[in-house]
Amino acid sequence: MSVAAAPDATALRASILTGERSCAQVVDGALAAIEARDGELSAFLSVEREAARERAARLDERHAAGETCGPLFGVPVAIKANMCMEGVVTSCGSRMLANYRAPYTATFVQRLLDAGAIVVGVTNMDEFAMGSSSENSAFGPTHNPWDVARAPGGSSSGSAAAVAAHMVPLALGSDTGGSVRQPAALCGVHGFKPTYGRISRYGLIAFGSSLDQVGPLARSVRDLERVLGVLSGHDPLDSTSLPLPPVEPERPEHPERLDGLRLGVPAEYLGDDLDDGVRRSVEAALECLVELGCERVDIDLPHTLHAIPTYYVVATAEASSNLARFDGVGFGARGEGDGSLQGMFSATRDAAFGDEVKRRILLGTFVLSEGYHDAWYGRALRVRTLLRRDFEHAFEEVDVICGPTSPTTAFPLGERVDDPLAMYRSDRLTVPTSLAGLPALSLPCGLAADEGGAPLPVGLQVIGPALADARVLRVAAAFEASTDHHERSPEGAGSER
Amino acid sequence: MADTDRDLVLQTAALARLQLDEREAQHLGPQFEAILRQFRQLEGVDVGDAEPTTGATGVRDVLRADEVRPSLEPGVVLANAPHRVGDFYAVPKTVGGPD
Amino acid sequence: MSAEFERDGTAWISASTGTRWVPVIGLEVHAQLATQSKLFCACEVRFGAPPNTLTCPICTGQPGTLPVLNATAVELAVRVALAVGAEVAAESKFDRKNYFYCDIPKNFQISQFDRPYCTGGGIQLPSGRFVRLTRIHIEEDAGKAIHDRGDETLVDLNRAGVALIESVSEADMESPEEAVEYLEALKEIIRYVGAGEADMEKGQLRCDVNVSVRPQGEPWRTKVEIKNLNSFRNAREALEYEIPRQIEAYESGDETRFPRQETRLFDVRAGVTRTMRSKEGASDYRYFAEPDLPPLALSESFVERQRGLLCELPEARRRRYREELGLSEYDARVLTAVREVADWFEAAARLSGRPKETANWIANDVLGGLADPKIEATSIDELPLKPFDLAELIALVAEGTLHSTGAREVMGEMLRTGAAPRALVAERGLEQVEDEGRLEVWCREALEGREQVVADVRAGRIKALGAAVGPVMKASAGKANPRRVREILLRIIGEDE
Ligand SMILES: [Mg+2]
Ligand SMILES: [Zn+2]
Repeated sequence: MSVAAAPDATALRASILTGERSCAQVVDGALAAIEARDGELSAFLSVEREAARERAARLDERHAAGETCGPLFGVPVAIKANMCMEGVVTSCGSRMLANYRAPYTATFVQRLLDAGAIVVGVTNMDEFAMGSSSENSAFGPTHNPWDVARAPGGSSSGSAAAVAAHMVPLALGSDTGGSVRQPAALCGVHGFKPTYGRISRYGLIAFGSSLDQVGPLARSVRDLERVLGVLSGHDPLDSTSLPLPPVEPERPEHPERLDGLRLGVPAEYLGDDLDDGVRRSVEAALECLVELGCERVDIDLPHTLHAIPTYYVVATAEASSNLARFDGVGFGARGEGDGSLQGMFSATRDAAFGDEVKRRILLGTFVLSEGYHDAWYGRALRVRTLLRRDFEHAFEEVDVICGPTSPTTAFPLGERVDDPLAMYRSDRLTVPTSLAGLPALSLPCGLAADEGGAPLPVGLQVIGPALADARVLRVAAAFEASTDHHERSPEGAGSER
Repeated sequence: MADTDRDLVLQTAALARLQLDEREAQHLGPQFEAILRQFRQLEGVDVGDAEPTTGATGVRDVLRADEVRPSLEPGVVLANAPHRVGDFYAVPKTVGGPD
Repeated sequence: MSAEFERDGTAWISASTGTRWVPVIGLEVHAQLATQSKLFCACEVRFGAPPNTLTCPICTGQPGTLPVLNATAVELAVRVALAVGAEVAAESKFDRKNYFYCDIPKNFQISQFDRPYCTGGGIQLPSGRFVRLTRIHIEEDAGKAIHDRGDETLVDLNRAGVALIESVSEADMESPEEAVEYLEALKEIIRYVGAGEADMEKGQLRCDVNVSVRPQGEPWRTKVEIKNLNSFRNAREALEYEIPRQIEAYESGDETRFPRQETRLFDVRAGVTRTMRSKEGASDYRYFAEPDLPPLALSESFVERQRGLLCELPEARRRRYREELGLSEYDARVLTAVREVADWFEAAARLSGRPKETANWIANDVLGGLADPKIEATSIDELPLKPFDLAELIALVAEGTLHSTGAREVMGEMLRTGAAPRALVAERGLEQVEDEGRLEVWCREALEGREQVVADVRAGRIKALGAAVGPVMKASAGKANPRRVREILLRIIGEDE
């Protein structure tokens, strides 16, 4: 463990504007860090070296010519492999799309580019965002920078690892049931899933459409705030995108204080199943928040125990339909089969999808099928309403809810691969907010040492009511300002600097 | 795994166009069954008058103006097609439409 | 096969058993809406374009893309709903219909399942039958799979995503003729309200038929669905084959031959229906709410705005033309076949005050002008001739200024150039001579040396007068009003008596 001196995106941009660094230097630094560390970590599926260098050179010219510089000017960013950028391979961590070059650019990627960011590469992920450890990637797992024998969490595994290892200050992930927050927690970085509908999904390859949300991973709250300002705001290409302007940060008079804020702590999030280390760090964090002026209120979210089955029924149902398009006709891999059309479909899907994807397609197909639809899918939608109501009731009494992001710290690679239910349970503290569409953020709140092992990061989850994205960020910012957890980095991070 | 479970798995796989081979059926079948067994807990939830949640936002009536914008050149869209004949996608001969 | 049946009304009387069998028929009709762009993307809707030139990431189902609903499609659909007296739902939603085939790029079709945008209503057939509608819903079209070129099936996605409405009728029809009447009436309504061209040649109207048979008065029996009917003739022929097939199967007494619930295809060339799939192999469409499209909540003002754009429907117009304007059934049909013609007729009839003459002119001359290759007009509104000019022409004839022969000549010119009739008559000197003095001179000249005519008339053989009218008309170069000429001739003959 070391204390990081590497600048965050906000600082990097500022140093470019003052002339301390050039975009080219910044990009070279990022590429060098990737070069140095990625052999060991496998955070990236592809690195866009030439394109990134060229773009940096152009941005430097523009800066020299006195053009205005966007809020992410010169900032190297990594995007997850389920995000479309014209001409770039968007594999989704799957053999199915191993050679798929998107013929268009996602709205949020375009907004990144318009803000002056430089996309340096595409990060590894669990296949089609299905997984919590990166082990479902068809291209091999990503390793946790804190302990390469451990999983970085998932499914935005590469994005979290790349930020944690200081390869890039900023990366995009996508969060369907916790896929930004859980790897952020396990890799000791910040990850934010905004209110559903804040960021356009146009160009994000769908997993569970009613849950999917793009979210940034970064090393500071102010970076999250900055990138959210860039990515959020209505997009006419996404009918579920909220008709609202980009998120404006709250600017309280005393940003370091949280006086009078009612802090809800759900009993269900601090049950017996937590790792001791996680519990200790989170309790300490809650105390710290009280010291900052919060009033702690114990609350109940009684349907939390049903969140996992509800989530897996809803998400897989949508996924079974979203992934039906991969059939060997228009794009992606193609198998042979028995010479018939339907045989070709089956052969293609059988050969190119991995086990977890098949498992979830099976489950999703089953819960929608005739005779089971009402009892499974229909019922899950109603329980989803109950989960949403739990939060609505809670937010009548409190302003934010806090608890752990993940019940455990990073677990060893291989530990849960053959036990899907155990793997699914890794998400149990993040899926409730996904089902309710609420903003939720994970930020480092300490390190916990496994017995005899290396210290591993713990994530604190901050949850707000719908549309209170700025409030969540403000709470996180105050916590961050009063602690130094976020300044801790794994050994070897940013070894280029 | 009981035969009925196995049938259910194979039937569902056929519907999803997944032709599980023997190894996969052996492997995925019991897992599938275990997941379903666990998820049956939903049956015990008192859902009362709860309406289903089908979308996470309250947005309604999102419409776009009926305006034509240029389509893509066929080459651009077809570039990703695993198999094509001229400017057509090509698939194994099929008759009679979908089933 | 049909030789063994005698038809009496809607009954098919079996020659062998004497049983009166009555068919029960319901129709599902897909009609293309006349939008500029597709239902969920901005690609142009055009028939006959080169393959795959009217496609984009959205309508080719590229991963990550999302649908946005075309407002005009909703407007047109609502207009059809109002025209058939259906109830427009205050809130409806879109669903995914999941099935695998090469012509639907996403392997699901966005349609409406349990909450369509309208329900109820119905169509009055000329035969007197009222056919109730169950529902109409909005959905996207599939692409086109071409099976007869080479040894592979070729797919063109130009049509994929085009806006359709599917109208589902109750099983209220009892004969192939009624089914065709229903199709014609529906087509007429769609065209009348401007919702679509409903051109079967261009595949803009396609229908599936549900048919069963039962002995008169007995309960319904198993219905069979026939797909692939893309002309009125196909629909009629398929029913004319399928009805006796089912009756014969029942009359055979062999239960294994009895109709079972199945989908059959009509083989146009052989003129027979064939099993496509039985109920056991039926599809399981796994419908669920489309998570990418929010519900559609049409305001009352939206619906009323569409109601304001509706016009009187053809069946009602025909009744009014017959009953109020005294037109023949034939003329009423000719005038209402196309909405623009009916509107044109009504404008001209209102101006002329003589609906019968107006109808005659339109049926005999104006519509002929549309067919004239020398006149460049594809619809009546494009003709140089306007309703006001026809009314003027009719007035000229009625007031006696213009003789019918002259009127024909004037009409020819008006159709070509749009010149005003009064100007034409003056320019060509076609006014009838009304000057009593000149007419009398010509009449006296004509009677000179025609004592036989005078004698015959005086003897009561008035017909003989014609021999004197001719020379007067000749002398006047056809400008004399023949009615006046006869009156003057009779007066002169009477005076001299
Ligand atoms: Mg349909
Ligand atoms: Zn398109």
